[in-house]
Amino acid sequence: MSASAGPISPARVSIAYQNWHRFSRNPTAVIGSIIVIVVIFAALLAPVIAPHPDHAGAIVNFPARHLPPSAQYWFGTDDVGRDIFSRVLFGYRVSLMLAAVVLGFAVPLGAALGLIAGYFGGWAEIVIMRLTDVALAIPPLVMALAVTAVLTPNLIHAMFAIAALWWTWHTRLIFSIARTLRQQEFVEAARTLGASRFHILFRELLPNCASAILVKTSLDFGFVILIGAALSFLGLGVQPPTPDLGTMVASGADYLPDRWWESLLPGAAILFVAMGFNLLGDGLRDLFDVESVR
Amino acid sequence: MSEPLLEVVGLSKAFPLRGGLFGRITGEVKAVNDVDFKLFKGEVFGLAGESGSGKSTIARMILGLTAPSEGAILFEGRDLTLEANASVRSRAVQMVFQNPGSSLNPRRSIGQSIAVPLEARRIATVEIDRRVARLLDMVQLPADFANRYPHELSGGQKQRVAIARALAVEPKLIVLDEPTSALDVSVQAKIMELLNDLGRSLGLTYIFISHDLSLMRNFANRVGVLYLGRLVEVGPVRTLFETPAHPYTRSLLAAIPVISAAEDALKPREPVVEGEIPSPANQPAGCAFHTRCPRAFAPCAKHFPDVVRLDAEHLARCHLLAPNGSRQVATEMQTAKQESAG
Amino acid sequence: MSADPLLSVRSLSVDFSAYGRRSQVLRDVWLDVPAHRHVALVGESGCGKSVTMRAIMGILSTPPARIASGQIWFDGRDLLAMRPRERENLRGTAMSMVFQDPMTSLNPVFTIGDQMGTILKYADRRLGRVRGRAGRMARVHEVLGQVRMPDPERIAQSYPIMLSGGMRHRVLIAMALLSEPRLLIADEPGTALDVTTQAQILKLLRDLVEDRGLALLMITHNLGVVRESADTVYVMYAGSVVEHAPTAELFAHPSHPYTRALIECVPKLSGDTTFRGIEGSLPDYSAPPPGCRFSPRCPLATPACGRPPVDRKVGADHGAACWQVEEASA
Repeated sequence: MSASAGPISPARVSIAYQNWHRFSRNPTAVIGSIIVIVVIFAALLAPVIAPHPDHAGAIVNFPARHLPPSAQYWFGTDDVGRDIFSRVLFGYRVSLMLAAVVLGFAVPLGAALGLIAGYFGGWAEIVIMRLTDVALAIPPLVMALAVTAVLTPNLIHAMFAIAALWWTWHTRLIFSIARTLRQQEFVEAARTLGASRFHILFRELLPNCASAILVKTSLDFGFVILIGAALSFLGLGVQPPTPDLGTMVASGADYLPDRWWESLLPGAAILFVAMGFNLLGDGLRDLFDVESVR
Repeated sequence: MSEPLLEVVGLSKAFPLRGGLFGRITGEVKAVNDVDFKLFKGEVFGLAGESGSGKSTIARMILGLTAPSEGAILFEGRDLTLEANASVRSRAVQMVFQNPGSSLNPRRSIGQSIAVPLEARRIATVEIDRRVARLLDMVQLPADFANRYPHELSGGQKQRVAIARALAVEPKLIVLDEPTSALDVSVQAKIMELLNDLGRSLGLTYIFISHDLSLMRNFANRVGVLYLGRLVEVGPVRTLFETPAHPYTRSLLAAIPVISAAEDALKPREPVVEGEIPSPANQPAGCAFHTRCPRAFAPCAKHFPDVVRLDAEHLARCHLLAPNGSRQVATEMQTAKQESAG
Repeated sequence: MSADPLLSVRSLSVDFSAYGRRSQVLRDVWLDVPAHRHVALVGESGCGKSVTMRAIMGILSTPPARIASGQIWFDGRDLLAMRPRERENLRGTAMSMVFQDPMTSLNPVFTIGDQMGTILKYADRRLGRVRGRAGRMARVHEVLGQVRMPDPERIAQSYPIMLSGGMRHRVLIAMALLSEPRLLIADEPGTALDVTTQAQILKLLRDLVEDRGLALLMITHNLGVVRESADTVYVMYAGSVVEHAPTAELFAHPSHPYTRALIECVPKLSGDTTFRGIEGSLPDYSAPPPGCRFSPRCPLATPACGRPPVDRKVGADHGAACWQVEEASA
């Protein structure tokens, strides 16, 4: 007498298919992911698809300075004659790498601290959460300014500065999720079954935080790129001649409004990528919210 | 009389009540109050009670999820509350939880969930897979279910998985906390059948917690009735159901909705009990049931009754049954006993 | 007593679409709820009783549900043919529902009086009635008294959290009674409550039916509750009504194999129940068996069961949708 004598009524449709189905019908999610995919490909293939890849380096091309957008130079050229479009593509590389490194450090650290504080409570919670509270009280941009001003301004120090505070948001988020989850029966069951604490934290709790982490990280990509660009704009992040969107906006600003393309087009590129990650994050959140509400 | 497998002595649990602006401790809620019982290998001991009875708290204390405020839990003679090693404890006692939907991690496959206790013991992966397949077979689920996720399973199937998981460590005692109350009656029947078969073939001992007395009647060997944290009556299942002594037990039995006239005739004749169960935070003084008891009299509001031994196995705590209390109920029980014997 | 039942559902079929698959969730459901009667719709999870209830109340989410066919006659008018506005005006006034779980149906941050007053205000508006705040509160107190609340004024000023489970349930019933409905639909009344409290709630519902001539449709999975309080029973399985009879008759002579199997599954107080259950499981609604949906699990199934069964008379007011039962002479 087998229990599977007939097909099961509850949807025999896998969760992956359900998610894909809903995701592909959500305009925000679709547009966001298209933008993000475009940017990632552009960044990865920059050396190959850039019309003037050598312009990303330290070259000068004075005869072609300050040219408006044309068929040859899609985004025009800057004050030393470099193709802005190519530099934008390489700038995307820098931005994405910055965000990836920062988040690659901040997200695991933040999640781990949040899980520990949320599950164990007691002293762990007090120490970790108060530390988080202190860190959250510092505005990230101010902190980043302070750090990069003290240490020499470059890409690495900029990454360090942002990451130093970024983990706190994730800790907060995961802490509140873990605290609710810890009372769930499957966690209690794991305890009674003799599971180790490591197992409970990382094999039971963490997978249930995955959707929240995914949404937040996706949104964070956009924010980190913006902060990185802001630092570079102020001259405290990436230094020339490395192409960076923020630096390009800054140097192009001197020539506004006549040579608008030098500042505005890199700015639009920043907007484009930030918006893409935002829409993707929003779309993912809609997707997961429906799942949990149902 | 052989040694009991589990003995609970003077078990109590009080939760602090916090009130006021600074969360000061203003009082306590006695969820479980001075509970004693024993169970022997191979039997099914039922804990019956409604909301606020403390039955789930007792289960959690036996499992080690909560520490008792007072009392001891002796497993094969050793006090479990002093057992620091979780692994030893988990080998002794396991639990099947009430809600099949939430006792399985929705993000892990069935096989992974069942494997949790096996992984905790550092068993090799190959061996784990083999054991998982065997456990699924024991609960009559096909082996390929190991790759499915909880949301793909029905309630009954999820409970089977929960049972398989509890069996993975080969415990001696399994606490069943309302294992079927979230399931339809036809699915419930299958699960109870499975539990019966497994109990016999594996020599398991069960503590069966339920508010469903009809189910209790058909599954338990001995039953303890809880009211607001106190054990008010204990006895073999037949005795308790045929000649219930405590007024609460009687009113509980009288209120069960049954589906045949034959069963109606089996219910005690008892006046309808008024009101609702008080909150455990506001327990009445003396005997907790006296505010609703149709037969309450003077001593009931003053002190909690001592244990009265009605029989070798049948105990109750009620002033009416004490030697110097009213003999009314005792006489009725005598008559009922004679009628059923004759 | 009027000849026509207050509520009549006829040939109701409802489809569900999800992830590109279409499931037939209700198939030709029919039932009658006369005034002064307590009718129970009983079935296990997945049988469609909730969908039926929502279709009657008009709170089915369409999409993903779709009413494929059928009529729901209420007081002589087909609800499904009405304009949405008209239908909405009936809800909460002529027909109202008592929800299952007081914990989630009552807003914790408003007092009982506030919540009931608001409901009454909107109901009055729909009925075109004008009643000031004092008038509303008077009605609230009156209704709280009808559900046997001691001290209605104090209850009206309380927050849900201050009330016990049974009292909250009475509040839900009171809310449903505010605009003097003629039909009350109760969803699993008292399942979350203790046995004795549930018995009190069921007695209250019975008395409301008798004293006020209400028509009560009770949705439940608990056969014991049905036997103790309902006048007529409809048994549902996999989206259809498989048997219907006056309560005593149903328990004395259950005819449909599913009904009989279900009754067998209920543990008996005598202690001589052998746990057996019913073989198999619910069909896949997106690919159901042709004919009788219970046939894959039925011990009496024959090839004849490949034709969709019709309701056949097996006794006085007693019918079963099964080819294997013996038809009573008319």
